[in-house]
Amino acid sequence: MRANAAGVLTGEHYLDGDYACGEGAMAAGCRFVAGYPITPSTEVVERIAKRFPLMGGTFIQMEDELASMAAIIGASWTGTKSMTVTSGPGFSLMMENIGLAAMMETPCVVVNVQRGGPSTGLPTMVGQADMMQARWGSHGDYEIIALSPQSPQEAFDMTIDAFNLSELYRVPVMFMMDECVGHMTEKVVIPKPEDIEMVPRKLTDKPPAEFLPYVPDENLVPEFARAGDGYRFHTTGLTHDERGYPVMSVDCQRVSITRLVDKIRLNADKIVRFDEEQTDGADVVLVTYGITARVARRAIDLARRKGVKVGVIRLIVAWPFPEKRIRELAGKIKAFVVPEINYGQMVLEVERCAEGKASAILVPHMGGGVHNPMDIVNAIMEAAK
Amino acid sequence: MSKAVKQTAPPVAPPEPELPAEPQHPVTPYLRMDRIPHIWCPTCGIGTVVRCFVDALVQSKVDLDKTAICSGIGCTGRVAGYLKLDAFHSTHGRPIPFATGLKMARPELLVTVFSGDGDLVGIGGNHFIHAARRNMDILVVLVNNFIYGMTGGQNAPTTPLTAKSSTMPFGNYERPFNLPHLAESCGATYVARWTSLHVRRLTKSFREGIKRKGFRFIEVVAPCSTLYARLNKLGDGFNLMQFYHDTAVVMNGADTREAAIDFQQRIICGKFVDEERPTFIDMMHEHYEKVLGDRYVPTPPEGGMIQGLEDEPSRATEQPKKASKRKPSKGAAVKGGDDGAK
Repeated sequence: MRANAAGVLTGEHYLDGDYACGEGAMAAGCRFVAGYPITPSTEVVERIAKRFPLMGGTFIQMEDELASMAAIIGASWTGTKSMTVTSGPGFSLMMENIGLAAMMETPCVVVNVQRGGPSTGLPTMVGQADMMQARWGSHGDYEIIALSPQSPQEAFDMTIDAFNLSELYRVPVMFMMDECVGHMTEKVVIPKPEDIEMVPRKLTDKPPAEFLPYVPDENLVPEFARAGDGYRFHTTGLTHDERGYPVMSVDCQRVSITRLVDKIRLNADKIVRFDEEQTDGADVVLVTYGITARVARRAIDLARRKGVKVGVIRLIVAWPFPEKRIRELAGKIKAFVVPEINYGQMVLEVERCAEGKASAILVPHMGGGVHNPMDIVNAIMEAAK
Repeated sequence: MSKAVKQTAPPVAPPEPELPAEPQHPVTPYLRMDRIPHIWCPTCGIGTVVRCFVDALVQSKVDLDKTAICSGIGCTGRVAGYLKLDAFHSTHGRPIPFATGLKMARPELLVTVFSGDGDLVGIGGNHFIHAARRNMDILVVLVNNFIYGMTGGQNAPTTPLTAKSSTMPFGNYERPFNLPHLAESCGATYVARWTSLHVRRLTKSFREGIKRKGFRFIEVVAPCSTLYARLNKLGDGFNLMQFYHDTAVVMNGADTREAAIDFQQRIICGKFVDEERPTFIDMMHEHYEKVLGDRYVPTPPEGGMIQGLEDEPSRATEQPKKASKRKPSKGAAVKGGDDGAK
């Protein structure tokens, strides 16, 4: 299905990642955004606030991030594609209702333009230290999808992917940008509406009397009914059965949480996305994402010039993680090198999947800047020994 | 995994709202009878409030398909679960922002928030004051039982001074909110308070609240005999009703500054505020129309759902213009929103 032209600013632009993300949302058909100002993400909603009144969208600046997240869930239940935008401290506040979105199976997109943390940390400077929070931040067992763009062009393209995935699987999708990509200005090509693939919400065609809100289809995803269409359904953050009614039992918990998690885990092959380069016969494979993937280009070139066979896995979808591929590679290579702007997050996942067959070497950066490529080169040289 | 899913008990379809031949309670068609019995204690006031609300909905002849209800967490937070409407049982303190999203994204809906004092002005206090400030177009029903009931009787931001709660075992020394005053000073355009004994006046107030626009706030003082009354030795259900009967005074138009509730003192009831002021949505439309003119494309009443276009590329530019604005198309549940395509 093609995108609605009203939100698509077709043409070649010179945009930063934040603006490109906003344009991606509008092109994807997002028509409700609630947010609270926070550096370095604010430009996303500023862009949207300026253009929404021209295309039938509603932006509201809420009193805090708790409210922003709650509001986009409410809006999403009208069938409106909805998004909120934040950075670390706001992301922490959103966790409560991200859990609600996961539990109610509400499609929505949460953009996190990552900065240095913890707490107020480095408001204007880059970080990649919310990657684990994106997956585990709210309490209880659930699964989400997280994407990580490396350029303004990807910020545009992948925001559309984020909406499509959230509609397909009825999960909150975390759009894990970082301050560098958010504030980096580059050429962004916005295609024609007819060239933008858009996944519509899967509305039920059952009559209200036959409709139950949480009966899963073959992909474990239930059909959707909008508020106001006469279905008079009930949904809750409590553990619920197929009717959406609370059932406080071991059985209902087992059935519903199993499905909530499995709808992502069992569909992971369809969701996982990464770029792979020269991993055949490699001794060392770099696993990288976001701005760090750009910085690592220099390190890869230098290491190859020194004769090291370096392969690259660049995560596009960070969660679910490409477990299978990492597992396969682990048996064939000496080591994975994982540079990231944190003190070790995705490297833990690499290490888990490598199952001891290859070592996983972290190249940490505490945030506020990007790696010196030489640090990555040194780690590669060490790993190749 | 699909096997695991099949292990759920076969779901029961919700009963049809038609009246069966056997006599039944008049609100039965509007409740989820497959969820009854409810969880509320004997002599709890919430059931009475729900009854009054349903009566008001029916009397007001609103389109129940276009009526949504949001609750938070707590005893009153369970109301959404029993009403046969589009019903959302959200997180603790967040039904107001949840309702805000619902209303803004599909403006034709009548959106009601039904929750307790701890939920709406304790943990959710910030949302309450900002929604009132914006004059957000929602009806907020707050059942005030002076205590956190669901969790076992802890002190609430509404517990009267000196009253006992499980976390103020020697009596409360924390000053409580005067809710009508809070709502009015933040900008609510309709403010009323009743007790669960005032069933006719409360029902009338609900009818008014349903008809009005903007942030409408109705506080209902209701007994919690299991916790509040027991901890404070106030007697049983009958004694609590007797107390309302003897001490509640109806003072329509009273100054809300005088409406504070002291322990076992008179409860001032009535309609305190009933004004018309442009709602958030009105002001947004008006402002955008003024500054953007014909370029302004409001969110259509039936929702901002964009499903994309399968053909007819020219339609893409035919965004809904003013025709549909602020005039909810009665009963027009258009799937696919402004594009109609699915």
